[in-house]
Amino acid sequence: MTGFRTLLYKELLRFWKVSFQTIGAPVLTALLYMLVFSHVLESRVEVFPGVSYGAFLIPGLAMMSLLQNAFANSSSSLVQSKVTGNIVFILLPPLSHAEFYWAYVIAAMVRGMLVGAGVFLVTLVTVSVPFPNLLWALAFAMLGGGILGALGLIAGIWADKFDQMAAFQNFVVMPLTFLSGVFYSIHTLPPFWQAVSHLNPIFYMIDGFRYAFFGASDRSPWMSLAIVTGCFTALSFASLQMIRRGYKLRH
Amino acid sequence: MVPAISVKSLSKRYGSLQALDGVDLQVEQGEFFALLGPNGAGKTTLISVLAGLARPDAGEVRVMGHDVVRDYRAARRALGVVPQELVFDPFFTVRETLRIQSGYFGLRNNDAWVDEIIDRLDLRAKANANMRALSGGMKRRVLVAQALVHKPPVIILDEPTAGVDVELRQGLWEFVGSLNAEGHTIVLTTHYLEEAETLCGRVAMLKQGRVVALDTTRNLLADLSGLQLSMRLEPDRLPVQFEGRARRDADGAWVMALGRHAEIADVAVALRAEGVELKDLRVLEPDLEEAFVRIMGRR
Ligand SMILES: Nc1ncnc2c1ncn2[C@@H]1O[C@H](COP(=O)(O)OP(=O)(O)OP(=O)(O)O)[C@@H](O)[C@H]1O
Ligand SMILES: [Mg+2]
Repeated sequence: MTGFRTLLYKELLRFWKVSFQTIGAPVLTALLYMLVFSHVLESRVEVFPGVSYGAFLIPGLAMMSLLQNAFANSSSSLVQSKVTGNIVFILLPPLSHAEFYWAYVIAAMVRGMLVGAGVFLVTLVTVSVPFPNLLWALAFAMLGGGILGALGLIAGIWADKFDQMAAFQNFVVMPLTFLSGVFYSIHTLPPFWQAVSHLNPIFYMIDGFRYAFFGASDRSPWMSLAIVTGCFTALSFASLQMIRRGYKLRH
Repeated sequence: MVPAISVKSLSKRYGSLQALDGVDLQVEQGEFFALLGPNGAGKTTLISVLAGLARPDAGEVRVMGHDVVRDYRAARRALGVVPQELVFDPFFTVRETLRIQSGYFGLRNNDAWVDEIIDRLDLRAKANANMRALSGGMKRRVLVAQALVHKPPVIILDEPTAGVDVELRQGLWEFVGSLNAEGHTIVLTTHYLEEAETLCGRVAMLKQGRVVALDTTRNLLADLSGLQLSMRLEPDRLPVQFEGRARRDADGAWVMALGRHAEIADVAVALRAEGVELKDLRVLEPDLEEAFVRIMGRR
């Protein structure tokens, strides 16, 4: 357990020491989205009855920032250690596969949730949002952070260079998070794109998270929870398998 | 007693390159062992397999009796490795680095030992400096310290003295020597063969992934020609009784094999009797470098 705790501590310290960039910057970005989009769209869109567009947007933005930062944390940490070579300090000690996995994923979850909470608090100055059902909100926040943290771990293990990482981020993570109903309800999409959105696991994280605030959603929150839990289990299994095999980490 | 390191029929490829080709090697507990070989011979690859940084394709590798793949946690607990590359984490100070490394090995209250290695490696003045601010030699010392946080019974140093000044080199060997005296098994690689000769009781030489020599340092040296005398004479005329025993080397000096050091006096007396003056005299001891060059030159 001490090995796991130390690796987790190191991973937390790594982003905390530069929290201005790792937490402050994404919070500011989300605030800018909020100001621009809610200003432009406020009068035209009402997704759920009685919920203003600004209020609708806040949980989605908070969740999107959470997911992107969870991914960024584990992936950038791993690629950086691989490129500089100091990954040997983690590969030489007797850390178990599970210790390795959970330390990276939990650190990613923590960073994601700090960013998400920051976005939520800061955007509250613009619009008021009902107080969420904490159980639903936490369940989706943790599972979402865990999924993107694990995905970041897989991408970080796979990528040998920063540009491969950037490609993964730009061509996989960004499209998935943007096409997940953060800025709109997918009911407003043409049927084809609605069907595509239903294949995107991030859609269920956002939709379930929003349910925690408004008690209304595109899909049943239980179904979203089941899908998200299934995704997390599958990704955890895949990551642990990669770590066990030493894929790209141990020649 | 289980061997500190046991390697049986180990093979490892990188793509089409056979980096290790059926290596057999055993290092007993308490040995001071040298792993020598030219660039690309496979020394670092062998160390990587021992440390679990590379997976063997075939063969069995154990550290203190623990299989490095199946029983990886016990094997890694028994092993401290100083990597060849100068790597560090720029986020932390020297002391933080050592505390964190202790934690990875499951040690929580390790400050007393961390302080001791900081002192013994002369890092006290830099203990709270960021890793980035350290000179290359200082970073190397921290790498040594990191390998020792868990007091491993087996310590492997991969070219620890590359790019390191004389003072640190001496201090380092003194420290490593004292660890060996306390019972730690030491394995080192180096391209400075006189280091290996003075420090190591036994030597393995690798060439293209194969062990081409494995013996005590003493035996490797005994196989050589022995003591030789190199001299320049004025006038350049060899007394008759030495003809046939001496040859000229590439620089034109006379080189003669001796049985014992005492023969030097006989040579000096004979030269004086002939009225020949000694312009230059050097005694050439057999050294590991000579053994190395011969063994590597063999087909
Ligand atoms: N990760 C790798 N991928 C591909 N080839 C590798 C890798 N690591 C080592 N090699 C190759 O394996 C061979 C053995 O390399 P190794 O680093 O073990 O040599 P060495 O004996 O440590 O040399 P040196 O004295 O230069 O450190 C070399 O031909 C090297 O190019
Ligand atoms: Mg090497």
